[in-house]
Amino acid sequence: MPEDREPQEAPETVDGAEMEEAARRLGPRNPVLRFLSQNRGVTALLAVVILGALFTPQRGVNGPYLVNVITGHAEPLRDSDGAWNPPRFLTTKIHSDVLYEYAEYGLLAVGMTLVILTAGIDLSVGSVLGIAAVTFAYLLIARGTPPAVAIAGAAGMGTLCGLINGFLVSKLHLQPFVATLAMMVAARGGAKVISGGYKIQAGGADWYWVQGDLPEFMTWMVSPSYGGFLRPVTLLFIVSLLVMVVVVKYTRFGRYLYAVGGNEEAARLSGVPVTGTKILAYSLCGFFAGLAGFCNACRTGLGNPEAGTTFELDAIAAVVIGGTSLAGGRGAMILTLLGALIVGYIDKALSVNNVDVAYRLLAKGLIIVIAVVIQSRRRTN
Amino acid sequence: MSQAPLLQMRQIDKWFGGVHAVSHVDFDVRAGEIHALIGENGAGKSTLVRILSGAIQADAGEIVFDGRKLHMRGPKDAEAAGIAMIHQELSLCPNMSVAENIFLGSEPLGPMRTVSWRRLRADAESYLRHLDTPIDVTRAVEEYGIATQQMVEVAKVLSRNAKLIVMDEPTSALTDTEAQRLFEIIRALKAEGVAIVYISHKMEEIYELADRVTVMRDSHWIGTAEASDLAPGQLIEWMVGRKIETLFPKRSVELGEELLRVEDAVLRANDGTDRLLVDHASLSLRAGEILGLGGLRGAGNSELLGLLFGQFSHADVEVCLRGERVRIGRPSDALAQRIALLTNDRKTTGLVLSMSVLHNMTLASLKRMGPTPLVVPREEVRAALPLRQRLSVKTASLDIEVSALSGGNQQKVALAKWLMTEPDVLLLDEPTRGIDVGAKAEIYELMNELASQGKGILLITSELPELVEMSDRILVFHRGRITKELRGEEMTQQNVMAAAMSGASSHA
Ligand SMILES: Nc1ncnc2c1ncn2[C@@H]1O[C@H](COP(=O)(O)OP(=O)(O)OP(=O)(O)O)[C@@H](O)[C@H]1O
Ligand SMILES: [Mg+2]
Repeated sequence: MPEDREPQEAPETVDGAEMEEAARRLGPRNPVLRFLSQNRGVTALLAVVILGALFTPQRGVNGPYLVNVITGHAEPLRDSDGAWNPPRFLTTKIHSDVLYEYAEYGLLAVGMTLVILTAGIDLSVGSVLGIAAVTFAYLLIARGTPPAVAIAGAAGMGTLCGLINGFLVSKLHLQPFVATLAMMVAARGGAKVISGGYKIQAGGADWYWVQGDLPEFMTWMVSPSYGGFLRPVTLLFIVSLLVMVVVVKYTRFGRYLYAVGGNEEAARLSGVPVTGTKILAYSLCGFFAGLAGFCNACRTGLGNPEAGTTFELDAIAAVVIGGTSLAGGRGAMILTLLGALIVGYIDKALSVNNVDVAYRLLAKGLIIVIAVVIQSRRRTN
Repeated sequence: MSQAPLLQMRQIDKWFGGVHAVSHVDFDVRAGEIHALIGENGAGKSTLVRILSGAIQADAGEIVFDGRKLHMRGPKDAEAAGIAMIHQELSLCPNMSVAENIFLGSEPLGPMRTVSWRRLRADAESYLRHLDTPIDVTRAVEEYGIATQQMVEVAKVLSRNAKLIVMDEPTSALTDTEAQRLFEIIRALKAEGVAIVYISHKMEEIYELADRVTVMRDSHWIGTAEASDLAPGQLIEWMVGRKIETLFPKRSVELGEELLRVEDAVLRANDGTDRLLVDHASLSLRAGEILGLGGLRGAGNSELLGLLFGQFSHADVEVCLRGERVRIGRPSDALAQRIALLTNDRKTTGLVLSMSVLHNMTLASLKRMGPTPLVVPREEVRAALPLRQRLSVKTASLDIEVSALSGGNQQKVALAKWLMTEPDVLLLDEPTRGIDVGAKAEIYELMNELASQGKGILLITSELPELVEMSDRILVFHRGRITKELRGEEMTQQNVMAAAMSGASSHA
């Protein structure tokens, strides 16, 4: 039998070899590489954009750029008259388009992130978008109120729906899934009640008093301004997101979201106003769905009671792909932006290559799985 | 002297990111021995045994068990080899029944290879009776407190018929009586030839139980010796690398004015029975006083602390605080009155495990940090650093998730959270749970310091020496009532036990 060994001294100071080993295990030493290895969302987004640049067609040519280069069908990067003709992913227009097309999903995802951080879910955002879009169109087109009033109406309607959700979840202790499922159905009904089941549009259904022309304001919201790159709708999305990044990271409310989602009981015992935090989270989620509804009405030029159907799934997908945990308590608002952009860019890359919508849906499903697998592997390490 | 040890772990090495948790450790265990594994918080004990149980994989090293080299890919492999483990952070499924938990993964099967519920229940009951814990095994685990859950874990391990059982701080949530029962079982297992690896920070337990002791420090193996050859002073020196003169620092504090008076506090059970968990308890706490609250589990002392903090949504209490009457119905009321409660279960009520060390520490103090709704990271760090230093919280950074800390260090974070609120009345329920000797002494020092600043402390602890040494006075609870007050010379472990067991009568 081995004799008991004498005590040895643990090295008092960590020696050089040990330090080196520790540094090695923390990842690449090069700061850029280290940043990329620690921020996989950014890396994924970069990869998507670079791949997009290689695989989108040039103006006047069909097929992915890289394939055309290999087969010798690519046009020169500069036209005969000296104008640039890069693959479409290297034009500003495409980026402005992606941001514009994802603005509505993005707004929904911003609110959804707040709710998911509290370990909740909001299935009603798509329907709330619908009821807000209809409210906005009703006020602006059918009633002829000033745009500001119509926007307030849409946002107010969304906030009200969110407030009810929050109340059901935090006061009546309904499961978020159930409470917001009920709201999803009810808000869709509400949208149809307001609109009478019709699309509210200029020169539309005759039982409304409807203006003859599309209000200028709605067209302005979706036409490129600010140097031809940004549309007001896009700007609304980006500003909302940036504001919420700050709110989540640098306010007590933001911190409380994580605490409530991570361990509600411990949060309560630390003096966190659990009920208030949840109500505010759901209300804000409704508010952003209201804004998204207003954007939707402007984009489509009408108030469609069916608008936003299944949008809640896209919003949840953006949050999850970003890496915010559905179990609550882990994640960040900025990750949601990454998630939304990753989906948006991949979708765009496929669509400019004329890939059929059906295949794009298949691709989206695949991305969700891959993203979540990557996230969960990182967590277990 | 002849046969090889039952277990040999050779050159085990494990990194977590840039943290070296276990570095080239050799560890062996003989059949039928009780082998204590001890060391400071964060020394790597739990990591070493989690490798042994297959919960995590080592980066390097080999494990030879019962003459065979083990290739561990998961807990199943360890279990198949005959190794069972009680984890430091309990790992039961809270919403499943006690019986289901005990047999999770090895349910007794009936003739059709379906689960035999009758046997499942009967077997579970018999294991728990064996442990003096006769509870309803069909109820969900989450309905029971942490001590009962600990016993369920023990029953689960017993049901596996293992050759080696690892227990990572099994008594940290148990009272003395419960612990004694567990020791009897451990000795019975040993007599049957089962080897036990026993991790604990309680010195008396180690000398009571262990045949051999292995000490770890800073991820390294420090030494292994027969327990009988190792004097306590020597052991502590191996552990902390220096001598600790007195564990319980002496102090003399002038008691001040009455700080808190509780009159006829009542807490009813919320289960429809209207049983009185706290039955007209009255006490008075003076500034500078450390008042110990003794009693068995469920005697009402923990419940009283919860009540005073507004923990229970179905009950509130009116107390006299600094001479004024205040009503406390919610934790935020208590916080506003500068009352703080360290609960006895850091995992479910103490910490938000998914948040960082820093954010846990400041969670209860955010409101006090400034009038605006903004949080200022710089301020937070400034508030946290002194506490990290004072409590020697071992963490690579303040920004890592608190779940990545060792158990004892998590406990320190929970304590730091409440100290940061600068309370006048500190309600401490098992403050040193899972904390190593060195840090314990530091925490006692800190309690004395707070007392000398005129704060009042209500202290509950299942470690009788701690209760007796730290308290100025002890109130003993029995079935919800305060049945005994012990002062001065009367404050002995025997008297506390006697009063706790039998109510008022025993001690004249
Ligand atoms: N999942 C993890 N991720 C990162 N670091 C970890 C993880 N688990 C443990 N560590 C680190 O490894 C070291 C050893 O931890 P371990 O839990 O083994 O300590 P311990 O000896 O059991 O301490 P205690 O007495 O407090 O329970 C600590 O520094 C801890 O922070
Ligand atoms: Mg441990």
